[in-house]
Amino acid sequence: MSDRRHPLATLTKMRLLEFVREPEALFWVFAFPVLMALVLGFAFRDRPPDPVPVGVVSGPSAAELTQALGRSGAVKPSAYPSLAEGLEALRTGKIALLVEETAGLGLTYHFDRTRPDARIARLEVDDAVQRSRGRGDPSPARDALVHEKGSRYIDFLLPGILGLNLMGTGIWGIGFAIVNARLKKTLKLMVATPMRKSDYLLAQMLSRFVFFVLEVIVILAFGVAAFQVPVRGSFALLALITVLGALCFGGIGLLVAARARTLEAANGLMNLVMVPMWLFSGVFFSSERFPKAAQPFIQALPLTALNNALRAVMLEGRALPAIAVELVILGAWALVAFAVALKIFRWQ
Amino acid sequence: MTPAIVCRGLEKHYGDVKAVDGLDLEVAAGECFGLLGPNGAGKTTTIEILEGLTAPDAGEVVILGRRWGSHERELRERLGISLQESRLTEKLTVAETLVLFRSFYLRGRDPEQLMADMSLEEKRDARVGKLSGGQRQRLAVACALAGDPELLFLDEPTTGLDPQSRLQLWERIAAYKQAGRSVLLTTHYMEEAERLCDRVAVVDHGRIIAQGTPAELIAGLKAPHIIEFSTEPRVEDDFLSRIPGIGERRQRDGRWLLAAASLAQAVPALLAALDGAGAKLLSLSTHRATLEDVFIALTGRELRDE
Repeated sequence: MSDRRHPLATLTKMRLLEFVREPEALFWVFAFPVLMALVLGFAFRDRPPDPVPVGVVSGPSAAELTQALGRSGAVKPSAYPSLAEGLEALRTGKIALLVEETAGLGLTYHFDRTRPDARIARLEVDDAVQRSRGRGDPSPARDALVHEKGSRYIDFLLPGILGLNLMGTGIWGIGFAIVNARLKKTLKLMVATPMRKSDYLLAQMLSRFVFFVLEVIVILAFGVAAFQVPVRGSFALLALITVLGALCFGGIGLLVAARARTLEAANGLMNLVMVPMWLFSGVFFSSERFPKAAQPFIQALPLTALNNALRAVMLEGRALPAIAVELVILGAWALVAFAVALKIFRWQ
Repeated sequence: MTPAIVCRGLEKHYGDVKAVDGLDLEVAAGECFGLLGPNGAGKTTTIEILEGLTAPDAGEVVILGRRWGSHERELRERLGISLQESRLTEKLTVAETLVLFRSFYLRGRDPEQLMADMSLEEKRDARVGKLSGGQRQRLAVACALAGDPELLFLDEPTTGLDPQSRLQLWERIAAYKQAGRSVLLTTHYMEEAERLCDRVAVVDHGRIIAQGTPAELIAGLKAPHIIEFSTEPRVEDDFLSRIPGIGERRQRDGRWLLAAASLAQAVPALLAALDGAGAKLLSLSTHRATLEDVFIALTGRELRDE
């Protein structure tokens, strides 16, 4: 009949419409990861170290010392009228080091040797004072600063956020939609029609894919535009990783929602699945930091595999053979999750 | 012609509770059949077994000459099902919902035509979440009709609707039936059954306790007349039980309803007795018994709790 549309295409389209009409969902999928990257990117952005606060005890040479220290830029001097007040400031951590000059004894640096910023202050203060009083350098030296894009925190973070988002969209997006449909008996109404059950589950995945693609583009574009995060490997490979990651977490989303009868039960299961990966899978810091004994477990997690593969391609420019293991892990998770979900799915 | 529905010895247990307890049923092609009974009588379990959504513990089901085990796909194409308490996706519009359901069937009816039939054209682009109860229910029936089914299952189609919406839905169901299709519906509204159904079965405790056309069931009553009256002061049940020719007695809203085999015998006897007792008659009317009275006569209980 001419008025019939393809059921899979129609299901996918309706699921998309449903999602687009849910403004909160759009926020969590698109705005939230960008905001997170923005905040973290700024918090950890590269910038010159703050000047270390130091104190100068009032005396005949205090003004000259303050001026010399001010010129150095590495320390920030402030004046104290008496030694007692200066030591008080040192004790309470307001300054890292106190400079005192007395006739006869020369310069005295009061500081706590266990504090790294105090040791830096000692070197910087002495250097500034001695230079301003005429010390020369026997061998001239200059600084050549290295600033490598790809080794900053934001470079490490962005692939992690991509991975995190693929996981969240897959598990939350698919899981909640299905449990909700089961709860309202929409699922039951649909299985009472000739609709193919596989069409329904596939449509859930396909409608998600559209968002996976948009999501990845938005986050990547943001990282490249705002922070010049490098993409050294091929985009095709990046796309392959993303698709496998999406399939994998889509499958896990189906599995989590396969039997849950209430939103609470589904939510608990989702947390059980996702929290370990938030912690262990190297989103915010490298998973290598966990003990060696835990590594086989951590490396087998799908989010670890996804994050490692994304970083290898984006930051190190690796090719397919280098990330084959990660792709196999993702594919295996996708297959097993799908197969089990279809087997145990509760339609009513 | 192949009957629309045949089932024999249907049983379904939920723990210790027997929801369906040896139920037999036959619905002819082109017939509108009603399952009547109070809440918890087993109507919904029965209809869901017939719809192939619940597996029975025992018994056999043949729908349109086919069995669920071997011909599920074919049957799904030929049936229309509207479930009790199932909700359609609120974010989709009426038209989108119908296009979606239409897409599930190989053959079916044009969504625009369905909207016209169910008086939903004005709500074409309204989201399902914004519809009234009656509009939602009409949309649910429209979805069930999307595949142009030979047999339509409706589980309490008008429960919770206002009288006008109910009337509107009845007209639509009657029109569908006019086209020679079969309908199985459950209801606890006697008026609905009398208006729509060719035959009805009264279900209680998971079995059928009586079946036939509404007229047959009413005629089968020993006392097919109802006398309704009120007096000042009120009279007691004990007093009425001594009057000859009066059967079942019950009270509603301060009035007595008495079943009687013959009005010519019972009414004069009643009036004489009231007169003798000094009770003043405030109102008196008689009517033919309804399915409601049949149900009360069969079970001793009112059909609805409310």
